[in-house]
This record gives sequence, structure tokens and C-alpha cells, in this order.
Amino acid sequence: MTLTPNQLDPLDNPRMREVIDSTISEFGDQNGALMVILNHLQERIGFITKPMQAYVAEKLNVPVSKVHGVVSFYSFFTTEPRGKHLVKFCIGTACYVGGASQLIDKAKQVLGIEPGQTTSDGLITLEVCRCVGACSQAPVVVIDEVNHGRVRPSQFARILTEVQKSEVAP
Amino acid sequence: MKTVRSMVLISNDPKSKANASQEVIAAFKLAIKNLELTDEVAVSTIPEIGMVRNLPLVVIFPEATVYAPVKPEDVPQLVEEHLFKGREVPDLKEKDPDTLRKIAWLTQRKGTLPAENRIALRNVGIIDPESIDDFFAYEGGQAFATALQMTPDLVVEIIKASGLRGRGGAGFPAGIKWDSVRKTPGKKKYVICNADESEPGTFKDRVIMEGDPFSIIEAMLIAAYAIGSDEGYIYIRGEYQLALDRVQKAIQQTREYGGLGKNIFGSGFDFDIHIHAGAGAYICGEETALLESIEGGRGEPRVKPPYPTTSGLWGKPTLINNVETFANIPPIVLNGAQWFKSFGTPSSPGTKVYTILGNVNNTGLIEVPMGITLREVINIYGKGIKGGQFKFAQTGGSSGSIIPASLQDTPMDFDSYRKVGVALGSGALLICNDSNCIVDSVRVLARFFQEECCGKCVPCRVGTDQAWKILTNISEGRGTMEDIAHLEWLSKGLEDFSNCGLGQTAGAPIKNMLDHFRAELEAHIKLGVCPTGVCPMS
Repeated sequence: MTLTPNQLDPLDNPRMREVIDSTISEFGDQNGALMVILNHLQERIGFITKPMQAYVAEKLNVPVSKVHGVVSFYSFFTTEPRGKHLVKFCIGTACYVGGASQLIDKAKQVLGIEPGQTTSDGLITLEVCRCVGACSQAPVVVIDEVNHGRVRPSQFARILTEVQKSEVAP
Repeated sequence: MKTVRSMVLISNDPKSKANASQEVIAAFKLAIKNLELTDEVAVSTIPEIGMVRNLPLVVIFPEATVYAPVKPEDVPQLVEEHLFKGREVPDLKEKDPDTLRKIAWLTQRKGTLPAENRIALRNVGIIDPESIDDFFAYEGGQAFATALQMTPDLVVEIIKASGLRGRGGAGFPAGIKWDSVRKTPGKKKYVICNADESEPGTFKDRVIMEGDPFSIIEAMLIAAYAIGSDEGYIYIRGEYQLALDRVQKAIQQTREYGGLGKNIFGSGFDFDIHIHAGAGAYICGEETALLESIEGGRGEPRVKPPYPTTSGLWGKPTLINNVETFANIPPIVLNGAQWFKSFGTPSSPGTKVYTILGNVNNTGLIEVPMGITLREVINIYGKGIKGGQFKFAQTGGSSGSIIPASLQDTPMDFDSYRKVGVALGSGALLICNDSNCIVDSVRVLARFFQEECCGKCVPCRVGTDQAWKILTNISEGRGTMEDIAHLEWLSKGLEDFSNCGLGQTAGAPIKNMLDHFRAELEAHIKLGVCPTGVCPMS
């Protein structure tokens, strides 16, 4: 999902701009500030657009290439907004042996999107992620930071439907 | 601390059950409780013993004495004589040579206890990880207080004498690292705890941090005192939110208590710890990549030497140890090097935390002395293979080895494994039964390395990609015999020419496959079939 024309870049949104500025001034002085600031921006804003990267670079007085290098290196950083709910499939070895690929197939079938994509209503983003360290529960699906262990493909459709329904209910 | 001296292993297969093994187990537990041996003796069962005549069968370690058949009424005598007074009971011992031969895998190594001994995990699940008072109630802080009474050199000597080896996977002697940093001149030195546990299948460090965060802080304090450092970092992978919270709270509480900061407990010694959260990059577990990441850049490994011990974080001498390594430090300082060496094997003393995963009946976390065998882990702790026969095990997350069935009885310690060309890795044991295809498994590993390669050096960037493509071709039925030669060459090239540990170990699974599973690989190419039916082959 890219920013649609009516969505402003966070830099042009006064409230978000304040968050960005306060993050930079809060951590800007410490050693290794760049990673810390980007981590907080990812957490507070949800993504780090190119204009934001350039802005951080200017404030920290480092080349934009350095900021972009860091953003593109670590898998936590995203440059585009995600859906409201994040569904992550652990594809660590234990989950692979435990049948993670069948779960991914099921999700594709139910939601009609691939991992890395967001449903058209902006509700659910599918992602694959690295080992979450809950291997004895394999296969694991992480929905909004909550681990669901020993998930079977048949159950999984129900779990997804519940996530969708939770939005409709008041 | 739960360190047991004896272990009772009782057969509990269907035939044993028919001969009252359940009652025997209960009788053992009761007799052990009556003699107040619960803290010293562990009782476990083994669900598959094989075709032996006299059941139930009981093995008592570390003597590896076999008693069979054992009736519930024999148990009080056994416990009193063998476990309490330390005398064997000759009348009850199994004498049938056929049986003894069949269970030789259980008894051949006398001296190493296959029982759980919790040193690194001593407080996990016992103390409240969010309460420093609870930590103090369980000997917390005493090791640091003891260390402060010693000279820093003596602390380093104790760690050296203990023979503790790094638990992150490489097995480098911790004491030598400490000594090297201590001896490097420089006013500013750093202590770093590597908690970027990203090896798939490994979650021992997460459990330690979530269950006993204060011990890590205490160990870092001891290390800082020993090497002369005043600043430390804990690098925790970003996926571990609960561990991050708990360690953060533990640091806060320790600081409020005066255990971190300036002039700690009036000793004139300063030390403080920062937390650095990772952002999702496997390579940052590599120590120099981790340093780059703390410095705020891309986590690309540096060229070594210089090693971090002389030029680490911001060019200063830096001590980097894994969480599990640190967790072993306070007990060693408290109980001494000789005590620590009483566990494990002479070249790899102590215990190791393993995570058991995959096709076994019981998955989870154990801490056992170095030197127990894979077969023991599978049968005693994994409670046997689920569905089919054991085929191979994969150690150490991704950057370990593939252990074929023929190496099941090799003692699991750094040197014994190295001798037979495999590696212990970080402690994950993924057990695979015969429904798993070796080509598919190695392909998944190759894909992992291809994905996680940082791209800095060519051998790794190109090599991991090529390995993955060749293996994909083979698994889809397009393999040629030339591919095997290419794979051989690639695995050697990755090992010899890569800059860091990621590339150097990326070829290991391929090499293990070529060494031990060549026939299965060739079947994919020559016959065009995947013997297990896993690979698509179209």
C-alpha cells in the first residue's frame, strides 16, 4: 500500500511532525543515535518515508545515504504504512518443519493477498518473519504481537475471520 | 540451584507398563522423598527401550548401574542402598549380556550424568523476574559481592580456570577473552551482552532474560569489575518484547538499589548498562556486526583482526559474551572453578541449555551437562521420535550442522563434535524423522542464509545465492551431477573465503549432506524422484 494522494506524508502532518521532532531531540545527542531514533519513529509513526529519512539525515548532519542504508538493512523498518492488523508467519526452521507454508497458503486463499501485501480495506497486512523464539509451539503465527502456537490451517481461517469481524463489531 | 548428583531412569514402554513400571516410578518418587533426596536425585522415564527381556529396567547414573526386572517392592531397598548409602545391590542387577548389549547406548559412558542440572537456568521459573528482592532471596548479588572482595586478576583467573566456553555457538574460552580485554591497555572499555538470539529454533537466551534478568546484570557487573570497564550494553533482538521489558525493569530496579551507576555500594567502582534493541537482522548476532549496529549503522561485520577484545565498540577494547555464558558466571564465582569442572567433559566443562524441537514427542528446553549424546536427548528428554525413525538432527539453529544417525552416540561437546566434522552451534536441536527430505531441509537453510546475508563480501553474497538456486533446481527435478560438484566447491569456498561466521558456516549443512546423505541427493538427480516425496520434482 502506498500513500494515497489524500494521505499526507507524516512530515506534513503537524501532529506527527511534532512526534518526529521530539524523537530526534530526545535521542539525537547520544552515541549511535541514528538506530535509536529510527526504532522510535518506526514504533511511533509506523513507517519511515523517504522525506522522513532525508529529514532525519539533515537533523543529525549525516548523509541521506547513511540513513537510507540503515532503513533498508533492517527488516523492522518499513517505508510504507501497514494495515491495521499485522499477521506475521514465523518461517524459522521449526515452524517450517511444523507446516508454516500450509498456513501461508491458507491465508492467501482466504484473504487473496501475498505476504508483504495489505488487504484492499487496509485491515490486514501479511508478512513472513524470522524465528520468534517460540519454536516448541511451532507453527507460530504472530497477530498484532500476540503469538498463536500450534496453529492448524483449518483453525487459521477462523482466526483470520475473527480479526476481520472484530472490526465490524462496535 | 538445582544440581543433581544422581539420576534414575526407568523404562516405561508398553511392556514395562504391563509389568508395573508406573508403580515402580511412583515407588521411586516416594522413597526418594522419604529419604529427603528430592533435591539431589532426578527421576526420569524412557518410553522406548527396545526388545529386552527383563522389564521394567532401571538405570542409575552416574554409575550407569542397570537393575532389572525391578518390582515396586524392591524400590525402597534400592533407594536406600544405592542412592542413600552409595552401595550397589548386586542381587537386583541385570546380568543378561544380551540385554546389556542392547542398552549399551545408555550405559557406555559412565561418569557423565544425563540428568538435568540447572546452572544457567537456576532461577528461571523460581524467582519473580520483576522483583529484585526475590532475586536477593536466592543468593542474588552474592557472587558480585564475592568478586568485589577479590582482585580483578583473580576473578579473571577463576573464569579461566573454570574452562567455561562461550555458549553462543563458537565455544571460545570465555576466560581467555576476559584476560585479553583486561590486558589491553586503555581507559575506556565496554562489556556487551549479546542477546541478539536470532538462530531459528534457539530460545534459551529469551528464557533466561525473561526468567532471571538480574543474574545477567550481576554477571556483567562482575565482568566489568574484572576487565576494568564502566559502561555496558545489552543488545536484545527487537522481536523479544517481553525480554526487553523485563531487562529494562531489572536495570531500573538495580540502579535504584545502587547496584548500577557511580560508586556502586561505596566500592568506588562505576558501571552502568544501556539496552540496545535490534531491528530484525540475523547478522547482528555476529559480534562485529552487533558493534556496527550499536554504533548506529548497517550491521555489516568488520574484518577481523583486530578483534573486539582490542578494538571493539567505538574502537575501544570490548568484551562480548552471550547471555547463557554470562548466566554461568555468578555460580562459578560463588562456587569456584573446580565445582564448575565437576559437570560436563574435561574439554567442555559445565552444562548446556538445549531447545529440543521437531519430530519428538516432547519439545522444550533442557539444561544438561556437556557430553550427553543426541540419542539420550531424544529418548530421555524428547521421549522418543514421533512418527517413524530418526533420520537427522540439525544443531545450532541455522549455523550448526546436520547430524546423521551414525553420529547419535557422539558426546555433545565442542571438541568431540569438531573431531567428527560437525558443530554444536547455539543449542537448538531440531530432530527430524524419516519423512523429512534432506535436500528440502538444506534448501530451506540455504534460502535462510541467502536472505540474511548482509551482502558485504562477495563469497557469501554470491555463494549463498548460488547454493540456494542449485538446491532449488535439484528439488524441482532439474539437477545434474555437475551440480553436486558445484555444491562441493561452493561449500568449501564459503567456508574458506567468507568474511564472517555467517558465510563460513553457510556451507556446513551442504557439506554434511554431501558427507552423509549423498545417496538421497543423487536419487533426486539420477532417478528424478524425491524418496520422501517432499520435493515437488516437476
